[in-house]
Amino acid sequence: MTRTLSAPVTVAFDYTRSTGPVLGRFLTGLRDAKLVGGRTSEGKVVVPPPEFDPVTHAAIDDFVEVAPTGTVTSWTWVPEPVAGQPFDRPFAFVLVTLDGADAPFLHALDVSSPDQVSTGMRVQVRWADERVGAITDIAGLEPATGNGPTAVDAPEGRLGENPVTGVITPVSLDYQYAASPEESAFYRGLNEGRIVGQRCPTCRKVYVPPRSACPADGTPTAEEVEVSQTGTITTFCIVNVPFLGQKITPPYVSAYVLLDGADIAILHLILGVPADEVRMGMRVKAVWKPEEEWTYSLENIDHFEPTGDPDADYDTYRHHL
Amino acid sequence: MRDVAVVGFAQRQMEEFDGSPTCVELLVPLFAECYEQTGWTRRDVGFWCSGSSDYLAGRSFSFVSAVDAIGVIPPVNESHVEMDLAWAMYEAWLKIQTGEVDTALVYAFGKASAGVLRRTLALQLEPYTMTPLWPDTVSLAGLQARAGLDAGLWDERAMAEVANRSLTDAEKNEYSVRKGGSSVEELLARPMYADPLRKHDCSPVTDGAAAIVLAAGDRAREVRDRPAWIGGVSHYIDPMSMGTRDLTRSPSTARAAAAVDLDGVELAELHAPFSHQELILRHELGLADDVRINPSGGALTSNPMFSAGGIRIGEAAQRIWSGEVSKAVAHATSGPALQQNLVCVLGSTTEGASN
Repeated sequence: MTRTLSAPVTVAFDYTRSTGPVLGRFLTGLRDAKLVGGRTSEGKVVVPPPEFDPVTHAAIDDFVEVAPTGTVTSWTWVPEPVAGQPFDRPFAFVLVTLDGADAPFLHALDVSSPDQVSTGMRVQVRWADERVGAITDIAGLEPATGNGPTAVDAPEGRLGENPVTGVITPVSLDYQYAASPEESAFYRGLNEGRIVGQRCPTCRKVYVPPRSACPADGTPTAEEVEVSQTGTITTFCIVNVPFLGQKITPPYVSAYVLLDGADIAILHLILGVPADEVRMGMRVKAVWKPEEEWTYSLENIDHFEPTGDPDADYDTYRHHL
Repeated sequence: MRDVAVVGFAQRQMEEFDGSPTCVELLVPLFAECYEQTGWTRRDVGFWCSGSSDYLAGRSFSFVSAVDAIGVIPPVNESHVEMDLAWAMYEAWLKIQTGEVDTALVYAFGKASAGVLRRTLALQLEPYTMTPLWPDTVSLAGLQARAGLDAGLWDERAMAEVANRSLTDAEKNEYSVRKGGSSVEELLARPMYADPLRKHDCSPVTDGAAAIVLAAGDRAREVRDRPAWIGGVSHYIDPMSMGTRDLTRSPSTARAAAAVDLDGVELAELHAPFSHQELILRHELGLADDVRINPSGGALTSNPMFSAGGIRIGEAAQRIWSGEVSKAVAHATSGPALQQNLVCVLGSTTEGASN
């Protein structure tokens, strides 16, 4: 048995960002297969344009179109690309100063070995087939050909028609998530139909789920304690509002259930009683899913339902609110 | 200004921590070591500050869970930075300067091995034109190393010398996750990884945690005969863009160094996760040739995210306590390719400690 339980987890979110006028201008250019730099107070053309001048701090408003060809000023080999990079095969990240610009920018160069890239080499932009107004509208850079970049279908005329004002940048991160040894004992217990907490040796409080240290006094918790599957509702709310990912049709009741023998309530679902009859002090018991569905999860307990016993005295749970 | 000293330090570093990303399990024994070193209990600590980031291991509010390791009844005076331990220490140093508290315990933790660290760190980049390309940490450092190689500011041999000295010194550091020097020739004979970087030019992914204890004036003298007095602490930030700064220099390090007194420094603990970055830092700090660099083995051999910078301060402080040196400088970095830099001068006397 491993010391701790672990499982893969992915955390993902699509960030929606407004661009502002300067980055918006740059991204509008990319959508239209044009490269736009900004001229700083020192007369330098920088791509992508900085939003504010590095010396005067004034907003940059002098935009300059530069060429889709340029010179590599630094490079590094990427032997093991990570997810989301411009190429899924080994490539080079390069700093390239585009013709007409005075400062380099970062992008990926599509070559198959480090022997094919060098500082000073000439490269050109490879446009993405579908461009939306994002840095990835440049599919990558490629060694320069005599003819320049492959032409793409792009609007002629004035730059910045129908400007890009927002961009969506998806972020997705993969982790191997481990539980603490104490949490692992808790989940292993659930997999066996038991609810396991731990007792603080100093203040004697029993924590469910267990924590690595008592949050009241910082003492490591060591003594494992199995608690009852029956408890008291200390507080609750009736969920009437639908939300993304909701699994149960409202209205339903989420409640804090203080299991007998525990000093921390767990949050769970209350069924088997009309929502408007749920009350503080109500005695409830765990209703488990069929054993063949058990896993290392608190979801092994499907819900809690009333035991039918008389309500608990307020004094029995007033210190746990 | 009040005289403030580093009086306690504890650390854990490992290749792979198999516990929860909240790292409570690591922090409890670290705090116990700090209490033992100082003779304090948690109630003697006037201010707590932690450094961590949830992006590292995908656990939300891990810094809130980590507070369990303190014990918060009665409530504690507590703060958090999404930065390295060194910056948490800076906040605590300021807090002590305000006069509100006399003591502080700062800590940091991170489980970098839970994800793909070099990819996760792309989230600290400019989100419109950089993050969507997922430039990994190693690649950004490689671009920087190449710039210096091309400019003739350093060569592969100089980088290998840094690596060999670090790996050799790490043999004496029980916490270093990579150790074992050989020779510059042997290192140069190893294959390129991310050309121009070999694997030993890049710090290993490291999990870990660390804690530093600060105390003012007589509170520090009560703890140690030779507290490591903070003679000055300063930090600056360079632009994030890789194109608009000279990657072979670190202006923010130079500015931070100019704000403190480095005269007579005998030892430097530099937070250089890549070998060539130590060369940049030595240049910007203007360190003399006889200054001992990274006797701990440095971050090149063990680089736990969010504590490796502060560990430099702790390592330097230990050598003040022991009498090995009288004046040292510690440096911490954050951001891509040495973007943000903090410099902290430590001395055996309070002379200069009020600067």
